[in-house]
Amino acid sequence: MKTMLNIALPKGRLGEKVYAMFEAAGFECPSIKENNRKLIFENEEVGVRYFWVKPSDVSIYVERGAADIGVAGKDILLEYEPDIYELLDLDLGKCRMAVAAMANFHDDPQRTLKVATKFVNITQNHYASKGRDIDIIRLNGSIEIAPILGLSDVIVDIVETGTTLKENNLNVIETVVPISARLIANKASFRFKNQQIEELTKKIRAQLEAKND
Amino acid sequence: MRLDEIKLKTDERAILALRALYGGYGYTQYKMSKFEEYDLYVRNKNFLISDNIITFTDTNGKLMALKPDVTLSIIKNSKDEAGKLDKVYYNENVYRVSGATNSFKEIMQVGLECIGDIDEYCIYEVLMLAARSLKTISDDCELDISHLGIVSEVLDNIGLFGEARSQVLRLIGDKNTHDIKKVCLENGVDEQGAELLQSLVSIYGKPSDVIPKLKATYKGVVAEESISTLESIVSLLDKNGLGNMLRIDFSVVSDLSYYNGIVFKGFINGVPTSVLSGGQYDKLLKKMKRTSRAIGFAVYLDMLERLNDSGNEYDVDTVVFYDDSVSLHKISDAVDSVAKMGKSAVAVKSIPENIKYKELIKLS
Repeated sequence: MKTMLNIALPKGRLGEKVYAMFEAAGFECPSIKENNRKLIFENEEVGVRYFWVKPSDVSIYVERGAADIGVAGKDILLEYEPDIYELLDLDLGKCRMAVAAMANFHDDPQRTLKVATKFVNITQNHYASKGRDIDIIRLNGSIEIAPILGLSDVIVDIVETGTTLKENNLNVIETVVPISARLIANKASFRFKNQQIEELTKKIRAQLEAKND
Repeated sequence: MRLDEIKLKTDERAILALRALYGGYGYTQYKMSKFEEYDLYVRNKNFLISDNIITFTDTNGKLMALKPDVTLSIIKNSKDEAGKLDKVYYNENVYRVSGATNSFKEIMQVGLECIGDIDEYCIYEVLMLAARSLKTISDDCELDISHLGIVSEVLDNIGLFGEARSQVLRLIGDKNTHDIKKVCLENGVDEQGAELLQSLVSIYGKPSDVIPKLKATYKGVVAEESISTLESIVSLLDKNGLGNMLRIDFSVVSDLSYYNGIVFKGFINGVPTSVLSGGQYDKLLKKMKRTSRAIGFAVYLDMLERLNDSGNEYDVDTVVFYDDSVSLHKISDAVDSVAKMGKSAVAVKSIPENIKYKELIKLS
């Protein structure tokens, strides 16, 4: 029996785009396109098993070896710092982690800056590198309203087009780090399923290079 | 019942086998107290895997710590003497925060250290014992070796120092070649230099494939001595039947301020993280104002739990069920007769609710 390569894909549009790349690389699994509620799909012939998981959970599946490889946003990797290999920048799902504030915001360096965010680790690292004292407010959603209601001075969040920010009268004042989707691998799987993982990586890299040429 | 007939768990079996292995090469067991002065760890914080330490105040007012690490204690208790070599192994519990749960855990660690006048044979011997430690646990294993001298020489050569250097080292550990390129270019390294580092990080393979490539690509960049040390050690390991499990992998990195020379990590199929980690740490000793050199490794036995068979299907083979009317003799005979067949038996007056058993003997 062929060893199965377990691949964790992030649910949603990004995951579908990534699957198309994997399919083109010869790791196809036609059943994944059936419109049903199943979460695990196998193609024994090619030796591949895909499963859909919540995007922020992909790195957990990979770090703990339930998935051999997966695709996760750089934001998740920076926030949780999982012990994995980051093999490729897939150049998909591009956006940036940014600091945003109300249009009339004035930064007074003598005051502790109140920052609302979902990404506590990234935020702490960013301000620590600048030596700025901050008061971090961890929120789980609707971060944009924090400065409007005076809960925080600024927010640190993912910005794609900036439309949500604009509609809430917020402006980006600083980019923390650019974000895109990354191909990640479990450190033990990289060794024991090396041939499959190297082959996939090589073919995807070729696709990326062809796209950039 | 003989010892090997008892169903030992993978980690329990490993402890016994590893102690025999290390003892066979003249390593003596190092026993120590569970506590150590906190001061020892504060001075060498970055050497520890996690900097969270359980502390308490001793009766004399000294701040003490539950050992998060064994190596520092061994170094502290060894002496510098020309020509002297301390070869010790340990089998101790350490206390540190485990990554995933973010809470303190007691971790059983087995390892060995070779401290003193280290020569190439010592390095070979420690690597050989590391390889054989993995083999004792499972045949499906791999030992990945890197040489930090080669990595630092490449970094020196392309001119990457300071903050950028430590940033790049983290990326090397992640095999993240795309961001390595970015950091290189941002810090004034040219395309060619970036490529030199990228291809070093991408190197992964059997020594026989990798070393010739290494010699060709890095001639003039890396000192020949570093490559030849690596080569002579892996070829001796190969000669002694351990070649199949060896890989050269320059993404195996450790803190450059403590480690130097050869570093390595061991993996076992079925365990998602490395189960063995070690290397030469002369720089740590230097920081502690010591003249000795040292090399050692640790095996993380808590990781081996993953390898145990899916678990026992039954809690016990036989349940011997009796009531007050049954004589002592009868109960004892029934239990003994099961035990004689090499099976397990539990004598009970009422059958526990969640117990799974194969056979029930009712005495009356």
